[in-house]
Amino acid sequence: MSDPIIQIRHLTKTFGAGEGAVTALEDINLDVLPGEIFGIIGLSGAGKSTLVRCLNLLERPTSGSVLVDGREMTALSEKELRQARRSITMIFQSFNLLMQRTCLSNVCFPMEISRVPKAKAKARALELLELVGLKEKADAYPAQLSGGQKQRVAIARALATDPKVLLCDEATSALDPTTTASILALLKELNQKLGVTVVVITHQMSVIEEICHRVAILDGGTVAEQGAVEDIFSHPSTDAARRLVYPGGVTSAQLATSNRVIRVAFDGGTAYHPLIASLAIDCGVKVNILGADTRNIDGKAFGTMLLGLPEDPNEAAKALSYIRSQPHVTAEEVESHA
Amino acid sequence: MLELFTAAFWDQYGALIWKETLNTLTMVGVSTVFAYLLGLPLGVLLVITQEHGIRPHKLVNQVLGWIINVGRSLPFIILMISIMPFTKLIVGTKIGVKGAIVPLVVSAAPFIARMVETSLTEVDAGVVEAAQSMGASPLQIVWKVYLPEAMPSLVLGGSISVITILAYTAIAGAVGAGGLGDLAIRYGYNRRVDSMLLVTVVLLIVLVQVIQSIFSRVSNRIDTRVSGDARKGVIAQLRKLMPIYPNKFR
Repeated sequence: MSDPIIQIRHLTKTFGAGEGAVTALEDINLDVLPGEIFGIIGLSGAGKSTLVRCLNLLERPTSGSVLVDGREMTALSEKELRQARRSITMIFQSFNLLMQRTCLSNVCFPMEISRVPKAKAKARALELLELVGLKEKADAYPAQLSGGQKQRVAIARALATDPKVLLCDEATSALDPTTTASILALLKELNQKLGVTVVVITHQMSVIEEICHRVAILDGGTVAEQGAVEDIFSHPSTDAARRLVYPGGVTSAQLATSNRVIRVAFDGGTAYHPLIASLAIDCGVKVNILGADTRNIDGKAFGTMLLGLPEDPNEAAKALSYIRSQPHVTAEEVESHA
Repeated sequence: MLELFTAAFWDQYGALIWKETLNTLTMVGVSTVFAYLLGLPLGVLLVITQEHGIRPHKLVNQVLGWIINVGRSLPFIILMISIMPFTKLIVGTKIGVKGAIVPLVVSAAPFIARMVETSLTEVDAGVVEAAQSMGASPLQIVWKVYLPEAMPSLVLGGSISVITILAYTAIAGAVGAGGLGDLAIRYGYNRRVDSMLLVTVVLLIVLVQVIQSIFSRVSNRIDTRVSGDARKGVIAQLRKLMPIYPNKFR
């Protein structure tokens, strides 16, 4: 495995001082590998935006270390930092395009900043606009574009300085589902085509599902869990993770009807393997589906289901052992609630 | 009263009215240029030294704010009289067009600084952050983000500044500065030449209308935020505050 391109160690960020101080991030440790799409997910106020701004030092960490591409960001002088920021660019929820510049001129902007000759910048900008599928809008102003188009221009602009890392701060949160999907597909494509490492900040689990390889769950300013997306989805081990993976909240507290309840977890079998139907056919046992939250990631089933077992202990045991014999399925008994 | 429409009136006063109109325009033009040379950088400094600005500096911000407030709290005529020794030091005279320009600049610069501050504050903080995230230096952010992005609003603010200065020149006329204000007071008021009063009033109204329509047109022309939502900012608010200008464009 190659060295991480971003390495965060013991990062803490406190706003204010004294009694009114608010700790936004506490002892964050994260590794992002080169070429991957890394997701950081959390609910509002979890510290996601602060964390991503600590990566390019738009926010200066109170303590801890941020190593990007081998450079300790917190140790750089202002000038060095401005230089370093050219290789860790960012896109935003509200696009943040310059409204008085054309799309082309917006994409040229970061190259102007780094003093790339005009003609060269323009040629490169046209290339980038073509890459994001907006070449024909080169002379349009941002106000004439839709949200998705604006974000495409912003992406082209972010790529203008050939960054190693692209930070996406809630980049799809202001977009409708269809546009979100197309922007995510573009990010995925750019990640594969250009090899740019992508860090995605989001509150939407669907975004993580769609494009991320690995994910960190941020809760109350700390990393609750991190790992491969599939692992987190199939075995969310913390409350924060469960809240995000199953926002509907499949909890055993809702069930008082059945004596024995089991939680069945799917961790990557065929998505539509008809477990419950085959249980009924093969064993002749009928179980009650009390709740389910499953999803399909790359054709694999992840999620959990809560089943109420039959009253008869023999039948219940039969069902349980049948379920346990299935591949990619684990079952555990949930304590009954009176 | 109706001598206004006689050839005799224009024979007698025509040349004088023309000369003083030019004097007024000179005072307004020159003062505006110098007032912006002072006020624009001050306004920029105010914005970038703010707590969440791109170069926060509490002391500079507070001292600047205080100086600007002092400048703005003096009524123009009082300021004009109190800085007369300074005026003489700079341009060598306390009266006439030259003597009026110094107090006009001193009085308008703080006003302009606040106008510029308002226009720049209107620039989306996210856009500034985006520029920072690309490694833009504070100077680059001022030149390439703040000023161009705020330009339509700055131009519209410019009309308010110019018209304010025009109003000040009329006051300056009371203390021997020349110009249309001087005509109105000396002939219209002291000598009871009613027609002269009427002519100066009409000329001032025409000047204000012309200045406003030029600035508004330029502001509109350069503003590329053609979609509806972009017109909610200070620009739209300023337009509402200026009933004198018929809001016939978008």
